[in-house]
Amino acid sequence: MAAVQAADAAIMHGPGQQPGSSTDAALIYFSSASGNTHRFVQKLGLEAARIPLRTSDETIYALRPFVLIVPTYGGESGRNSIPPQVVKFLNEEQNRSLLRGVIGAGNTNFGTTYCLAADKIAAKCQVPRLYRFELMGTSEDVDRVKKGLEDFWTRQSQMPQ
Amino acid sequence: MTEKVKLLHHVEAINWNRIQDEKDVEVWNRLVNNFWLPEKVPLSNDVQSWHTLTPEEQQLTMRVFTGLTLLDTVQGTVGAVSLIPDALTPHEEAVYTNIAFMESVHAKSYSSIFSTLCSTKEIDDAFRWSVENPNLQKKAQIVMDYYFGDDPLKKKVASTLLESFLFYSGFYLPMYWSSRAKLTNTADLIRLIIRDEAVHGYYIGYKFQKGLEQVSEEKRQEIKDYTFELLYELYENEVQYTHDLYDSVGLAEDVKKFLHYNANKALMNLGYEAMFPSSVTDVNPAILSALSPNADENHDFFSGSGSSYVIGKAVNTEDEDWDF
Repeated sequence: MAAVQAADAAIMHGPGQQPGSSTDAALIYFSSASGNTHRFVQKLGLEAARIPLRTSDETIYALRPFVLIVPTYGGESGRNSIPPQVVKFLNEEQNRSLLRGVIGAGNTNFGTTYCLAADKIAAKCQVPRLYRFELMGTSEDVDRVKKGLEDFWTRQSQMPQ
Repeated sequence: MTEKVKLLHHVEAINWNRIQDEKDVEVWNRLVNNFWLPEKVPLSNDVQSWHTLTPEEQQLTMRVFTGLTLLDTVQGTVGAVSLIPDALTPHEEAVYTNIAFMESVHAKSYSSIFSTLCSTKEIDDAFRWSVENPNLQKKAQIVMDYYFGDDPLKKKVASTLLESFLFYSGFYLPMYWSSRAKLTNTADLIRLIIRDEAVHGYYIGYKFQKGLEQVSEEKRQEIKDYTFELLYELYENEVQYTHDLYDSVGLAEDVKKFLHYNANKALMNLGYEAMFPSSVTDVNPAILSALSPNADENHDFFSGSGSSYVIGKAVNTEDEDWDF
Protein backbone atom coordinates (compact mmCIF):
# COMPACT_ATOMS: atom_id res chain seq x y z
CA MET A 1 0.00 0.00 0.00
CA ALA A 2 2.78 2.39 0.92
CA ALA A 3 4.49 1.54 -2.34
CA VAL A 4 1.33 2.25 -4.29
CA GLN A 5 0.93 5.59 -2.54
CA ALA A 6 4.55 6.47 -3.13
CA ALA A 7 4.13 5.65 -6.82
CA ASP A 8 0.98 7.74 -6.89
CA ALA A 9 2.80 10.63 -5.27
CA ALA A 10 5.49 10.35 -7.90
CA ILE A 11 2.88 10.59 -10.65
CA MET A 12 1.06 13.38 -8.86
CA HIS A 13 4.08 15.60 -8.79
CA GLY A 14 5.94 14.17 -11.72
CA PRO A 15 6.27 15.85 -15.07
CA GLY A 16 3.56 13.79 -16.81
CA GLN A 17 4.04 12.16 -20.19
CA GLN A 18 7.61 12.38 -21.50
CA PRO A 19 7.91 15.83 -23.12
CA GLY A 20 8.01 15.63 -26.90
CA SER A 21 6.61 12.10 -26.99
CA SER A 22 3.58 10.91 -28.95
CA THR A 23 0.58 9.14 -27.48
CA ASP A 24 -2.15 6.94 -28.89
CA ALA A 25 -4.36 7.42 -25.82
CA ALA A 26 -7.96 8.45 -26.56
CA LEU A 27 -7.94 10.57 -23.41
CA ILE A 28 -5.49 13.40 -22.79
CA TYR A 29 -5.57 15.60 -19.71
CA PHE A 30 -3.82 18.30 -17.76
CA SER A 31 -3.57 18.27 -13.99
CA SER A 32 -1.57 20.71 -11.89
CA ALA A 33 0.48 19.67 -8.86
CA SER A 34 -2.71 19.56 -6.78
CA GLY A 35 -3.59 16.40 -8.72
CA ASN A 36 -7.40 16.72 -8.68
CA THR A 37 -7.88 15.99 -12.38
CA HIS A 38 -5.21 13.28 -12.20
CA ARG A 39 -7.17 11.54 -9.46
CA PHE A 40 -10.35 11.71 -11.52
CA VAL A 41 -8.59 10.15 -14.51
CA GLN A 42 -7.17 7.39 -12.32
CA LYS A 43 -10.68 6.54 -11.16
CA LEU A 44 -11.82 6.21 -14.78
CA GLY A 45 -9.29 3.42 -15.24
CA LEU A 46 -8.82 4.29 -18.93
CA GLU A 47 -5.57 4.74 -20.79
CA ALA A 48 -4.74 8.42 -20.65
CA ALA A 49 -1.80 10.74 -21.27
CA ARG A 50 -0.94 13.71 -19.06
CA ILE A 51 0.28 16.96 -20.61
CA PRO A 52 3.68 17.89 -19.11
CA LEU A 53 3.48 19.98 -15.95
CA ARG A 54 6.28 22.38 -16.82
CA THR A 55 5.26 24.99 -19.39
CA SER A 56 8.86 25.22 -20.59
CA ASP A 57 8.90 21.52 -21.56
CA GLU A 58 8.05 20.44 -25.09
CA THR A 59 4.40 19.38 -25.30
CA ILE A 60 3.10 15.93 -26.29
CA TYR A 61 1.55 14.85 -29.58
CA ALA A 62 -1.72 13.00 -30.15
CA LEU A 63 -1.74 10.22 -32.74
CA ARG A 64 -5.46 9.47 -32.80
CA PRO A 65 -8.76 11.27 -32.07
CA PHE A 66 -9.03 12.07 -28.37
CA VAL A 67 -11.06 13.78 -25.67
CA LEU A 68 -9.36 16.42 -23.51
CA ILE A 69 -9.96 16.88 -19.77
CA VAL A 70 -9.01 20.33 -18.53
CA PRO A 71 -9.28 22.20 -15.22
CA THR A 72 -9.93 25.96 -15.13
CA TYR A 73 -7.45 28.54 -13.87
CA GLY A 74 -7.71 32.22 -13.29
CA GLY A 75 -9.84 34.73 -11.57
CA GLU A 76 -12.63 37.20 -11.89
CA SER A 77 -12.39 38.34 -15.47
CA GLY A 78 -11.90 34.82 -16.77
CA ARG A 79 -8.69 35.86 -18.50
CA ASN A 80 -6.07 33.16 -18.86
CA SER A 81 -8.45 30.54 -17.54
CA ILE A 82 -6.90 27.80 -19.68
CA PRO A 83 -3.68 26.41 -18.18
CA PRO A 84 -0.81 27.65 -20.41
CA GLN A 85 0.41 24.07 -20.81
CA VAL A 86 -2.92 23.24 -22.50
CA VAL A 87 -2.78 26.30 -24.78
CA LYS A 88 0.69 25.18 -25.82
CA PHE A 89 -0.62 21.67 -26.51
CA LEU A 90 -3.54 22.97 -28.62
CA ASN A 91 -1.32 25.40 -30.50
CA GLU A 92 0.02 22.30 -32.27
CA GLU A 93 -2.13 21.85 -35.36
CA GLN A 94 -1.79 18.05 -35.16
CA ASN A 95 -3.26 18.03 -31.66
CA ARG A 96 -6.22 20.29 -32.25
CA SER A 97 -7.16 18.54 -35.50
CA LEU A 98 -7.57 15.30 -33.53
CA LEU A 99 -9.51 16.90 -30.64
CA ARG A 100 -13.11 15.59 -30.59
CA GLY A 101 -14.52 16.84 -27.29
CA VAL A 102 -13.72 18.54 -23.98
CA ILE A 103 -14.51 17.65 -20.37
CA GLY A 104 -14.15 20.41 -17.76
CA ALA A 105 -13.02 20.17 -14.14
CA GLY A 106 -13.84 23.04 -11.79
CA ASN A 107 -15.64 24.34 -8.76
CA THR A 108 -19.07 26.04 -8.80
CA ASN A 109 -17.78 28.39 -6.10
CA PHE A 110 -16.01 30.24 -8.90
CA GLY A 111 -19.40 31.35 -10.19
CA THR A 112 -19.43 32.55 -13.78
CA THR A 113 -15.98 31.11 -14.47
CA TYR A 114 -17.00 27.54 -13.51
CA CYS A 115 -15.29 25.22 -16.04
CA LEU A 116 -14.69 28.22 -18.29
CA ALA A 117 -11.53 26.67 -19.80
CA ALA A 118 -13.59 23.82 -21.25
CA ASP A 119 -16.13 26.25 -22.72
CA LYS A 120 -13.38 28.34 -24.28
CA ILE A 121 -11.68 25.36 -25.85
CA ALA A 122 -15.00 24.00 -27.13
CA ALA A 123 -15.79 27.35 -28.76
CA LYS A 124 -12.31 27.94 -30.14
CA CYS A 125 -11.84 24.43 -31.55
CA GLN A 126 -15.50 23.85 -32.46
CA VAL A 127 -15.92 20.62 -30.52
CA PRO A 128 -18.61 19.70 -27.98
CA ARG A 129 -18.23 20.24 -24.27
CA LEU A 130 -19.09 16.76 -23.07
CA TYR A 131 -19.25 17.00 -19.30
CA ARG A 132 -18.22 18.96 -16.23
CA PHE A 133 -17.29 17.78 -12.76
CA GLU A 134 -16.04 19.42 -9.58
CA LEU A 135 -12.58 18.94 -8.04
CA MET A 136 -11.69 15.23 -8.29
CA GLY A 137 -15.23 14.14 -9.20
CA THR A 138 -17.71 11.90 -7.37
CA SER A 139 -18.37 8.23 -8.16
CA GLU A 140 -21.44 9.32 -10.18
CA ASP A 141 -19.22 11.57 -12.28
CA VAL A 142 -16.86 8.65 -12.92
CA ASP A 143 -19.73 6.37 -14.01
CA ARG A 144 -21.26 9.00 -16.29
CA VAL A 145 -17.99 9.86 -17.97
CA LYS A 146 -17.07 6.21 -18.54
CA LYS A 147 -20.45 5.46 -20.07
CA GLY A 148 -20.48 8.77 -21.92
CA LEU A 149 -17.07 8.22 -23.49
CA GLU A 150 -17.98 4.69 -24.55
CA ASP A 151 -21.14 5.90 -26.32
CA PHE A 152 -19.31 8.88 -27.73
CA TRP A 153 -16.60 6.81 -29.41
CA THR A 154 -19.18 4.32 -30.72
CA ARG A 155 -21.11 7.17 -32.27
CA GLN A 156 -17.92 8.70 -33.68
CA SER A 157 -16.99 5.43 -35.36
CA GLN A 158 -20.41 5.32 -37.04
CA MET A 159 -20.10 8.83 -38.43
CA PRO A 160 -19.29 9.15 -42.13
CA GLN A 161 -15.72 10.40 -42.42
CA MET B 1 -6.06 32.69 27.81
CA THR B 2 -2.55 31.49 28.58
CA GLU B 3 -1.91 29.40 25.47
CA LYS B 4 -0.31 31.24 22.63
CA VAL B 5 -0.34 30.56 18.92
CA LYS B 6 3.20 29.66 17.93
CA LEU B 7 5.32 32.09 16.00
CA LEU B 8 8.19 31.31 13.70
CA HIS B 9 11.54 31.37 15.50
CA HIS B 10 13.63 31.92 12.44
CA VAL B 11 12.93 34.01 9.37
CA GLU B 12 15.00 34.59 6.25
CA ALA B 13 14.48 37.33 3.69
CA ILE B 14 11.93 35.92 1.28
CA ASN B 15 13.24 35.49 -2.24
CA TRP B 16 10.44 35.38 -4.81
CA ASN B 17 12.99 34.68 -7.50
CA ARG B 18 13.73 31.25 -6.11
CA ILE B 19 10.58 29.18 -5.88
CA GLN B 20 10.33 25.70 -4.37
CA ASP B 21 6.64 25.19 -5.07
CA GLU B 22 5.04 26.83 -8.11
CA LYS B 23 1.64 26.46 -6.46
CA ASP B 24 2.63 29.21 -3.98
CA VAL B 25 3.15 31.70 -6.82
CA GLU B 26 0.03 30.57 -8.68
CA VAL B 27 -2.18 30.97 -5.61
CA TRP B 28 -0.55 34.23 -4.52
CA ASN B 29 -1.25 35.70 -7.97
CA ARG B 30 -4.75 34.41 -7.97
CA LEU B 31 -5.51 35.88 -4.55
CA VAL B 32 -4.02 39.23 -5.53
CA ASN B 33 -6.04 39.28 -8.77
CA ASN B 34 -9.19 38.45 -6.81
CA PHE B 35 -8.64 41.26 -4.28
CA TRP B 36 -11.75 43.33 -3.54
CA LEU B 37 -13.22 45.58 -0.87
CA PRO B 38 -16.86 45.84 0.28
CA GLU B 39 -16.90 49.55 -0.59
CA LYS B 40 -16.87 48.56 -4.28
CA VAL B 41 -20.22 46.76 -3.99
CA PRO B 42 -23.32 49.03 -4.21
CA LEU B 43 -24.97 47.57 -1.11
CA SER B 44 -27.27 50.59 -0.69
CA ASN B 45 -29.22 49.38 -3.73
CA ASP B 46 -30.52 46.62 -1.43
CA VAL B 47 -32.21 48.95 1.05
CA GLN B 48 -35.57 48.78 -0.69
CA SER B 49 -35.36 45.01 -1.02
CA TRP B 50 -34.42 44.66 2.66
CA HIS B 51 -37.70 46.29 3.64
CA THR B 52 -39.67 43.69 1.68
CA LEU B 53 -38.41 41.00 4.10
CA THR B 54 -40.52 40.17 7.15
CA PRO B 55 -39.05 41.03 10.59
CA GLU B 56 -38.35 37.28 11.09
CA GLU B 57 -36.55 37.06 7.75
CA GLN B 58 -34.51 40.14 8.59
CA GLN B 59 -33.55 38.71 11.96
CA LEU B 60 -32.58 35.38 10.36
CA THR B 61 -30.43 37.18 7.82
CA MET B 62 -28.63 39.20 10.48
CA ARG B 63 -28.00 36.13 12.61
CA VAL B 64 -26.60 34.24 9.64
CA PHE B 65 -24.25 37.12 8.90
CA THR B 66 -23.02 37.50 12.48
CA GLY B 67 -22.32 33.74 12.43
CA LEU B 68 -20.27 34.17 9.28
CA THR B 69 -18.53 37.18 10.82
CA LEU B 70 -17.42 35.02 13.75
CA LEU B 71 -15.95 32.34 11.47
CA ASP B 72 -14.12 34.92 9.36
CA THR B 73 -12.77 36.53 12.51
CA VAL B 74 -11.50 33.17 13.78
CA GLN B 75 -9.87 32.40 10.45
CA GLY B 76 -8.35 35.86 10.04
CA THR B 77 -7.09 36.39 13.55
CA VAL B 78 -6.10 32.85 14.54
CA GLY B 79 -6.61 30.24 11.82
CA ALA B 80 -4.55 31.41 8.89
CA VAL B 81 -1.91 32.85 11.21
CA SER B 82 -1.56 29.56 13.10
CA LEU B 83 -0.61 27.81 9.86
CA ILE B 84 2.43 30.04 9.28
CA PRO B 85 4.90 28.19 11.58
CA ASP B 86 4.13 24.90 9.79
CA ALA B 87 4.72 26.28 6.30
CA LEU B 88 7.01 24.23 4.05
CA THR B 89 8.26 27.25 2.08
CA PRO B 90 8.66 30.98 2.84
CA HIS B 91 6.20 31.73 0.03
CA GLU B 92 3.59 29.57 1.73
CA GLU B 93 4.01 31.80 4.81
CA ALA B 94 3.36 34.86 2.66
CA VAL B 95 0.22 33.26 1.16
CA TYR B 96 -1.17 32.70 4.68
CA THR B 97 -0.69 36.37 5.52
CA ASN B 98 -2.71 37.20 2.41
CA ILE B 99 -5.41 34.73 3.45
CA ALA B 100 -5.49 36.18 6.99
CA PHE B 101 -5.94 39.72 5.68
CA MET B 102 -8.72 38.75 3.27
CA GLU B 103 -10.56 36.96 6.08
CA SER B 104 -10.48 40.25 7.99
CA VAL B 105 -11.88 41.99 4.88
CA HIS B 106 -14.66 39.41 4.78
CA ALA B 107 -15.43 39.89 8.47
CA LYS B 108 -15.59 43.65 7.96
CA SER B 109 -17.80 43.35 4.89
CA TYR B 110 -20.67 41.95 6.98
CA SER B 111 -20.51 45.09 9.05
CA SER B 112 -20.82 47.09 5.82
CA ILE B 113 -23.98 45.14 5.02
CA PHE B 114 -25.34 45.77 8.51
CA SER B 115 -24.60 49.47 8.56
CA THR B 116 -26.28 49.83 5.16
CA LEU B 117 -29.43 47.90 6.00
CA CYS B 118 -30.02 47.84 9.77
CA SER B 119 -30.32 49.97 12.89
CA THR B 120 -27.64 50.04 15.58
CA LYS B 121 -29.95 48.26 18.00
CA GLU B 122 -30.65 45.46 15.51
CA ILE B 123 -26.94 45.08 14.89
CA ASP B 124 -26.15 44.89 18.61
CA ASP B 125 -28.91 42.33 19.13
CA ALA B 126 -27.58 40.14 16.34
CA PHE B 127 -24.02 40.24 17.71
CA ARG B 128 -25.35 39.38 21.17
CA TRP B 129 -27.15 36.40 19.63
CA SER B 130 -23.87 35.23 18.07
CA VAL B 131 -22.22 35.22 21.49
CA GLU B 132 -25.11 33.36 23.10
CA ASN B 133 -25.91 30.71 20.46
CA PRO B 134 -24.34 27.47 21.76
CA ASN B 135 -24.03 25.74 18.37
CA LEU B 136 -22.30 28.69 16.78
CA GLN B 137 -19.93 29.04 19.73
CA LYS B 138 -19.27 25.31 19.66
CA LYS B 139 -18.23 25.23 16.03
CA ALA B 140 -15.85 28.12 16.52
CA GLN B 141 -14.43 26.47 19.64
CA ILE B 142 -13.90 23.05 18.02
CA VAL B 143 -11.83 24.61 15.28
CA MET B 144 -10.00 27.00 17.62
CA ASP B 145 -8.88 24.09 19.78
CA TYR B 146 -7.04 22.57 16.83
CA TYR B 147 -5.38 25.84 15.96
CA PHE B 148 -3.80 25.81 19.40
CA GLY B 149 -2.73 22.18 18.98
CA ASP B 150 0.67 20.93 17.86
CA ASP B 151 -0.23 18.81 14.86
CA PRO B 152 0.34 20.70 11.57
CA LEU B 153 -1.76 18.22 9.56
CA LYS B 154 -4.69 18.36 11.96
CA LYS B 155 -4.59 22.15 11.91
CA LYS B 156 -4.83 22.10 8.12
CA VAL B 157 -7.74 19.65 8.22
CA ALA B 158 -9.63 21.89 10.67
CA SER B 159 -8.82 24.93 8.57
CA THR B 160 -9.95 23.34 5.30
CA LEU B 161 -13.19 22.11 6.88
CA LEU B 162 -13.82 25.65 8.12
CA GLU B 163 -13.10 27.23 4.72
CA SER B 164 -14.92 24.64 2.63
CA PHE B 165 -17.72 23.34 4.87
CA LEU B 166 -18.58 25.41 7.96
CA PHE B 167 -19.40 28.60 6.08
CA TYR B 168 -22.10 27.03 3.96
CA SER B 169 -24.99 26.87 6.40
CA GLY B 170 -24.64 30.67 6.26
CA PHE B 171 -23.84 31.14 2.56
CA TYR B 172 -27.06 29.34 1.70
CA LEU B 173 -29.27 32.26 2.75
CA PRO B 174 -27.94 35.06 0.51
CA MET B 175 -28.02 32.58 -2.40
CA TYR B 176 -31.63 31.83 -1.51
CA TRP B 177 -32.54 35.54 -1.42
CA SER B 178 -30.69 36.08 -4.68
CA SER B 179 -32.66 33.28 -6.35
CA ARG B 180 -35.80 35.20 -5.37
CA ALA B 181 -34.35 38.47 -6.70
CA LYS B 182 -33.83 39.86 -3.18
CA LEU B 183 -30.69 41.44 -1.69
CA THR B 184 -28.93 40.86 -5.01
CA ASN B 185 -26.05 43.25 -4.29
CA THR B 186 -25.43 41.60 -0.95
CA ALA B 187 -25.38 38.28 -2.83
CA ASP B 188 -22.76 39.69 -5.21
CA LEU B 189 -20.56 40.50 -2.22
CA ILE B 190 -21.09 37.04 -0.72
CA ARG B 191 -20.12 35.45 -4.03
CA LEU B 192 -16.79 37.27 -3.80
CA ILE B 193 -16.29 35.77 -0.34
CA ILE B 194 -17.27 32.31 -1.61
CA ARG B 195 -14.74 32.58 -4.41
CA ASP B 196 -11.98 33.55 -1.97
CA GLU B 197 -12.85 30.72 0.43
CA ALA B 198 -12.71 28.30 -2.49
CA VAL B 199 -9.12 29.32 -3.24
CA HIS B 200 -8.22 29.17 0.47
CA GLY B 201 -9.71 25.68 0.91
CA TYR B 202 -8.02 24.46 -2.26
CA TYR B 203 -4.61 25.79 -1.21
CA ILE B 204 -4.67 24.66 2.41
CA GLY B 205 -5.98 21.27 1.24
CA TYR B 206 -3.13 21.05 -1.25
CA LYS B 207 -0.53 21.87 1.42
CA PHE B 208 -2.16 19.25 3.64
CA GLN B 209 -1.64 16.65 0.92
CA LYS B 210 1.99 17.72 0.49
CA GLY B 211 2.43 17.27 4.24
CA LEU B 212 0.84 13.81 4.14
CA GLU B 213 3.45 12.65 1.65
CA GLN B 214 6.12 13.19 4.28
CA VAL B 215 4.64 10.97 7.00
CA SER B 216 4.33 7.22 7.56
CA GLU B 217 1.44 5.10 6.34
CA GLU B 218 0.36 4.67 9.95
CA LYS B 219 0.22 8.42 10.50
CA ARG B 220 -1.69 8.86 7.25
CA GLN B 221 -4.33 6.44 8.45
CA GLU B 222 -4.55 8.24 11.80
CA ILE B 223 -5.07 11.56 10.04
CA LYS B 224 -7.70 10.12 7.73
CA ASP B 225 -9.65 8.67 10.68
CA TYR B 226 -9.29 11.96 12.51
CA THR B 227 -10.58 13.92 9.48
CA PHE B 228 -13.75 11.88 9.22
CA GLU B 229 -14.33 11.99 12.99
CA LEU B 230 -13.94 15.75 13.02
CA LEU B 231 -16.22 16.10 10.01
CA TYR B 232 -18.92 14.03 11.76
CA GLU B 233 -18.57 16.10 14.93
CA LEU B 234 -18.82 19.35 13.00
CA TYR B 235 -21.62 17.98 10.83
CA GLU B 236 -23.81 17.04 13.79
CA ASN B 237 -23.31 20.50 15.20
CA GLU B 238 -24.05 22.07 11.80
CA VAL B 239 -27.33 20.19 11.60
CA GLN B 240 -28.33 21.59 15.01
CA TYR B 241 -27.22 25.07 14.01
CA THR B 242 -29.18 24.78 10.74
CA HIS B 243 -32.36 23.83 12.60
CA ASP B 244 -31.82 26.70 15.07
CA LEU B 245 -31.68 29.17 12.25
CA TYR B 246 -33.88 27.88 9.49
CA ASP B 247 -36.74 25.93 11.10
CA SER B 248 -38.74 29.15 11.48
CA VAL B 249 -38.74 29.65 7.69
CA GLY B 250 -39.01 25.96 6.74
CA LEU B 251 -35.71 25.81 4.86
CA ALA B 252 -33.66 23.47 7.09
CA GLU B 253 -33.94 20.40 4.82
CA ASP B 254 -32.91 22.38 1.79
CA VAL B 255 -29.94 23.83 3.67
CA LYS B 256 -28.83 20.34 4.74
CA LYS B 257 -28.50 19.21 1.13
CA PHE B 258 -26.23 22.19 0.57
CA LEU B 259 -24.20 21.16 3.63
CA HIS B 260 -23.75 17.62 2.28
CA TYR B 261 -22.71 18.89 -1.11
CA ASN B 262 -20.10 21.18 0.44
CA ALA B 263 -18.86 18.58 2.93
CA ASN B 264 -18.04 16.41 -0.09
CA LYS B 265 -16.12 19.25 -1.67
CA ALA B 266 -14.22 19.92 1.56
CA LEU B 267 -13.16 16.26 1.64
CA MET B 268 -12.06 16.45 -1.98
CA ASN B 269 -9.96 19.52 -1.20
CA LEU B 270 -8.16 17.31 1.31
CA GLY B 271 -7.72 14.57 -1.31
CA TYR B 272 -10.36 12.24 0.15
CA GLU B 273 -13.34 10.74 -1.65
CA ALA B 274 -16.76 12.34 -1.30
CA MET B 275 -18.74 10.84 1.61
CA PHE B 276 -22.38 11.86 1.11
CA PRO B 277 -24.22 9.97 -1.69
CA SER B 278 -25.87 11.89 -4.52
CA SER B 279 -29.31 11.13 -3.05
CA VAL B 280 -28.64 13.69 -0.29
CA THR B 281 -26.52 16.19 -2.24
CA ASP B 282 -29.18 17.19 -4.77
CA VAL B 283 -28.95 20.89 -4.04
CA ASN B 284 -31.96 22.97 -5.04
CA PRO B 285 -31.20 24.03 -8.66
CA ALA B 286 -32.17 27.63 -7.85
CA ILE B 287 -29.45 27.75 -5.17
CA LEU B 288 -26.87 26.17 -7.45
CA SER B 289 -27.76 28.59 -10.18
CA ALA B 290 -27.44 31.55 -7.77
CA LEU B 291 -23.96 30.26 -6.96
CA SER B 292 -22.88 29.57 -10.53
CA PRO B 293 -25.26 30.71 -13.28
CA ASN B 294 -24.04 28.20 -15.86
CA ALA B 295 -23.70 25.12 -13.67
CA ASP B 296 -26.87 23.50 -15.06
CA GLU B 297 -25.69 20.05 -16.05
CA ASN B 298 -28.37 19.58 -18.67
CA HIS B 299 -26.18 21.63 -20.96
CA ASP B 300 -23.60 18.84 -20.94
CA PHE B 301 -23.60 16.32 -23.76
CA PHE B 302 -23.20 13.31 -21.47
CA SER B 303 -26.03 14.45 -19.17
CA GLY B 304 -28.53 15.77 -21.67
CA SER B 305 -30.52 14.01 -24.34
CA GLY B 306 -27.32 13.12 -26.16
CA SER B 307 -28.75 14.37 -29.41
CA SER B 308 -27.38 17.89 -29.45
CA TYR B 309 -23.85 19.15 -29.13
CA VAL B 310 -22.97 22.20 -27.11
CA ILE B 311 -20.54 24.10 -29.29
CA GLY B 312 -19.55 27.69 -29.46
CA LYS B 313 -21.33 29.16 -26.48
CA ALA B 314 -20.96 32.91 -26.28
CA VAL B 315 -17.61 33.01 -24.55
CA ASN B 316 -14.72 35.25 -25.39
CA THR B 317 -11.96 32.91 -26.52
CA GLU B 318 -9.47 35.57 -27.54
CA ASP B 319 -7.82 36.38 -24.24
CA GLU B 320 -5.58 33.31 -24.27
CA ASP B 321 -2.17 32.95 -25.83
CA TRP B 322 -3.33 31.13 -28.97
CA ASP B 323 -1.21 30.70 -32.07
CA PHE B 324 -4.25 30.00 -34.26
